[in-house]
Amino acid sequence: MSTDLDDTELQSSRRRFMQAAGALAATVVVPGVLLYQTGQSANAGERTPRWGLLIDTNALSEADVDACVQACQREHGWHSEDGSRTDAQWIRKVRLSDKQNGHQRVLPMMCQHCAEPPCVDVCPTGASFKRADGIVLVNKHTCIGCRYCMMACPYQARSFIHEPLRDQLPVAPRGKGTVESCTLCVHRVDRDGANAVPACAEAVNRNDRKAILFGDLNDPDSEISQRLRSVGTTRLRADLGVDPGVSYQGL
Amino acid sequence: MSSNPRYAEIRTSSPQYWGLLSLFALIAIIGIAAAHHMDVEGHHITGMNNQIVWGLPHVFAIFLIVAASGALNLASLASVFGKYEYKPLARFSAVLAIALLVGGLAILLLDLGRPDRLIVAMTHYNFKSIFAWNIILYSGFVVIVLAYLWLMMEQRLQHWSRPAGMLALAWRLSLTTGTGSIFGFLVAREAYDSALLAPLFIVMSFAFGLAVFTLLLLLSFRLDRRELDGSHLQRLRRLLGLFVMAILYFVALFHLTKLYGTQNHAFERFILLEGGVYTGLFWIVQIGFGSLLPLLLVFAPRWRDSVPGLVLACALVIVGAFAQLYVIIVGGQAFPLNIFPGYLVESSFFDGAIGSYAPSPWEVMLGLGGVASALLIALLCLRVLPILPQQLTPEQH
Repeated sequence: MSTDLDDTELQSSRRRFMQAAGALAATVVVPGVLLYQTGQSANAGERTPRWGLLIDTNALSEADVDACVQACQREHGWHSEDGSRTDAQWIRKVRLSDKQNGHQRVLPMMCQHCAEPPCVDVCPTGASFKRADGIVLVNKHTCIGCRYCMMACPYQARSFIHEPLRDQLPVAPRGKGTVESCTLCVHRVDRDGANAVPACAEAVNRNDRKAILFGDLNDPDSEISQRLRSVGTTRLRADLGVDPGVSYQGL
Repeated sequence: MSSNPRYAEIRTSSPQYWGLLSLFALIAIIGIAAAHHMDVEGHHITGMNNQIVWGLPHVFAIFLIVAASGALNLASLASVFGKYEYKPLARFSAVLAIALLVGGLAILLLDLGRPDRLIVAMTHYNFKSIFAWNIILYSGFVVIVLAYLWLMMEQRLQHWSRPAGMLALAWRLSLTTGTGSIFGFLVAREAYDSALLAPLFIVMSFAFGLAVFTLLLLLSFRLDRRELDGSHLQRLRRLLGLFVMAILYFVALFHLTKLYGTQNHAFERFILLEGGVYTGLFWIVQIGFGSLLPLLLVFAPRWRDSVPGLVLACALVIVGAFAQLYVIIVGGQAFPLNIFPGYLVESSFFDGAIGSYAPSPWEVMLGLGGVASALLIALLCLRVLPILPQQLTPEQH
């Protein structure tokens, strides 16, 4: 019998097979790896922005804040006419009065686009998510409407859609039975980048005075970063460590 | 160790059995219809809103889920802690645990804004979410308790029922911990944000589950005219008293911890003194009728041996349970978020204002539908599976 010979032949053929398989694998994998590395190095030069807002409450009158709310409604097509507790409110006017001295303030309140958003932590399906540029959104396709994010949000920034919707706008798709909130006008940000102006800011900013300043918090040279460095600002519930992307001046 | 008790399906053809079965089926169907109506119309027809986002359906659902874990008490005592006198009740205890959990989950699912997206919930997991853990804990509970039940019922595999019982015990403690932590991990809300909610929910599960179990045990024995010795009831009675005291201890500890820090005084004043319906539910229904009165019924010599006394105690514990969960879930959300400490706050979105909530009939129907589904499953299982001992006599233990 020639078992030895068979074994040798078998080993040799196995070796050839392994070589061929190895070569094939290398041919398939290497370009992918190279492409991946190229992609990585292309990104390495760019810094990921983190979009945020600086709201100067000293520069905002009550009418200004109303204008913010109306501009947001027009931009995204949400309504809150009858003051019902089930109406969505992406942005709202909050009136504050100091308990000790009665000093009054009015400010616009919306999603604070936290760096560590509790709504994203608690969402069971991952529908609540934070984009790489820091904008916190709800994926309307995977939101199951459990409202746990609304329980977890420290700012009461989110609304649940309690009623069937009509007349939706293309830039802001919404859906009954899901949760929504301020998108930081993500459609404008994706179009205009650092030059974007959210609808609320557009409604109140004049040439000489930007009551609501949008910009890249990660860029030390951006106008928002420079102003944040130079003036005293407050981030709401900073004690929670959620690192909001919205800062208030004059609070 | 006692000899194995003999089990049998309930064979009753009494009008009471079929009457109850039909009643529960009808209520379950009404619940599903109510959920469908909520789904079509949207949640604006309920009392829930953007400030009180979880309402009566969640009170019912969490009651059933917590009670499901507790219904397994007697099986755990028999399998894990070697209390063989409870062994005859272990099978029914496991069946009831599954039935209650299924009823609770049905409510939670049907109350979702998009119940049609169940498949999304089962395929997209965010593992940082305590809710996502709970989806795994709840479905795992059903699987584990089913396996445990099978091992208890299959004579040849009975030696495996002890490890299965241990797994089921560990799992159900995790499940109640997870359920309590849904609230305990909400750091931004003064009403929650406490690790104490996890052990509180565990002791709540012990008492609520035992109360439901005892009532159904008495009911099913009565339906089938089986013999039930008082000594068994004495043990259940003492256990119930113990568990109610444990709840009182954790409730006191929870509020004392909050009361110690000045920052939480406003919240405590709301719940304990000025919260209107929540304060009333807390002191009168939860503490008075749901805790102190059952303790009296269980331990006072006058009622110690009375079966109606035990039934009343169990019913009161359940009433108190609903009050407690209503105060925790709805009352906790009604207290406004403290976004601007030191300021009086006012807005069109009700910042700084006590939340308002009135349960709608739809929510009541959905909640009762879940309870009825659980009872329907339990009653059907009693008829088709040998899970109830033929008799509970003093000699058997």
